[in-house]
Amino acid sequence: MSAPRLLITASPHLAAGDSTPRIMWNVVGSLVPILAAATYFFGPSAVLVVAAATAGAVVTEHSCGGKGTVGDGSAVITGILLGLTLPAGLPLWMAFVGGAFGIGIGKLVFGGLGQNVFNPALLGRAFLQASFPVALTTFPAPASAGDWWRLGGDNFALPFVTARALDAVTSATPLGRMKFEQAATPLSDLVFGSTSGSLGETSGLLILLCGGYLALRNFLNWRIPASIFATAALLATLLHALDPARHSGALFTLFSGGLMLGAMYMATDLVTSPVTNLGCWIFGAGVAVLVVVIRSWGGLAEGVMYSILIMNALVPYLNRCTQPRVFGSRPVRRAP
Amino acid sequence: MSQEMSPPPPHPAAHGADGLAERRRAVPPNVDLVKGVWRENPVLIQLLGLCPTLAVTNSVANSVVMGIATFFVLVGSSLLVSTFRRRIPNEVRIATYILIIATFVTIAEFALQALVPGIYKALGPFVALIVVNCIILGRQEAFAGRNPVGRSVLDAVGMGAGFMIALLIMGSVREILGSGTFLGVSLFGPRYEPWVIMVLPPGGFFTLAFVLLTISWWKRRQPALAKAAEPRGLVVAERAA
Repeated sequence: MSAPRLLITASPHLAAGDSTPRIMWNVVGSLVPILAAATYFFGPSAVLVVAAATAGAVVTEHSCGGKGTVGDGSAVITGILLGLTLPAGLPLWMAFVGGAFGIGIGKLVFGGLGQNVFNPALLGRAFLQASFPVALTTFPAPASAGDWWRLGGDNFALPFVTARALDAVTSATPLGRMKFEQAATPLSDLVFGSTSGSLGETSGLLILLCGGYLALRNFLNWRIPASIFATAALLATLLHALDPARHSGALFTLFSGGLMLGAMYMATDLVTSPVTNLGCWIFGAGVAVLVVVIRSWGGLAEGVMYSILIMNALVPYLNRCTQPRVFGSRPVRRAP
Repeated sequence: MSQEMSPPPPHPAAHGADGLAERRRAVPPNVDLVKGVWRENPVLIQLLGLCPTLAVTNSVANSVVMGIATFFVLVGSSLLVSTFRRRIPNEVRIATYILIIATFVTIAEFALQALVPGIYKALGPFVALIVVNCIILGRQEAFAGRNPVGRSVLDAVGMGAGFMIALLIMGSVREILGSGTFLGVSLFGPRYEPWVIMVLPPGGFFTLAFVLLTISWWKRRQPALAKAAEPRGLVVAERAA
């Protein structure tokens, strides 16, 4: 039998070759430079905390999830992202619990990948923040050249035991200093990352580059971070013009805290972000408004996590409101 | 659910409803007593009365006091409702039940205020809210309003005990994890890191979810276990023969 002259099949006729695991492992790859930067700034503690969070996520996915779902890489992303939102000195068992909670309660109870309403990594962090508020807000200062090897805190505290206060140097985050001491931080420190804070929220420039790679590959919808940055910058500029002493400027707002990481990696989670482009613009604007409101008038210094979680809850509604017109159909006209 | 939960009874004064039910099946007293504890547990199986279950179980002491108060109100009002079941007109039975329940709640409230003022303050409005606890009204409507006094009291005791057990489970989990103590006694020493979220409202939801998950997992396992045990039973029977 020779090959048929004319092959007739249903569309699509071209396959892009992108599959869920491939996208996921690409995201994991793009996180590696951020992880490397965190290790450079905070020493071996960074690797330990991220590894513990990832272990918690992967073990839960493996033991409670469906068959072979670890291989699609989504649990690894959740674990790494969760690790990057934690302070370096966190006891490892807490990071593990956070990863297990994020996957177990944040994803598997909804039915696994693609079914969850909230970003699992942020849910894990919200759980840790509510459970262990002190440990989650103790930020070690970035390691200096001499004692890079020193741990950021009592990483090896036994499970259920409070971390001992080691002689690690802690310091307030730029946002905390801004909010509670009205002290500014030089912009160059924020951009390159030599400030205190969570592991992945230090170097804004690097996150921008890694996220930009994903946006170029179209693995994330660039409209979400664009909308977040534009809205946050606009609001911050406005507030800064009204009261320069209390409110920081646009650049500080963009580069401080978890806004970069949140906008690039958490808000753009393929599962928990809107599917329509208009929905993405609204989603990003909503996140940015909430971030600025929480940072300016809330009790907390940082609000990216709660902003994204709140907007996640609105995503089904945004999807429904922004449904595009089906090609060829006409909008229904009411009789006059 | 058993047949006591069927739609509202015919007017009890219409006579013979009780007699009919009793003739239909003679229920041994221990069934009335035990079913509320496990098989028809008001919280864990029927999912009634979840408001106090979630709201006041952040410590064992609160749970126990709440359980005792509800137990008292439930048994008292079941006794009274069952006694007067032939005198209460069908049209105003709910209002009458509520009045009877509210009487006992007021007694319980004053008693708690006098005996354990600290816990009374911690329980806040939830003591007064026992009036609208659907376990209590549900038992009056479904059981005490149409069954003789003895059975109604036994049923109320069982249901009250079931409610207490559920609250105790919730309170123990939440206090042990959330504060590292049991009834205020430290369990793990001073270096225990409390899971603050467990004494906060989300902890109540998580704990309840996990308890219900465990129970449904256990119930689903039961038929499988019985099936696994069956062939062996046959073999034994054959040998005995």
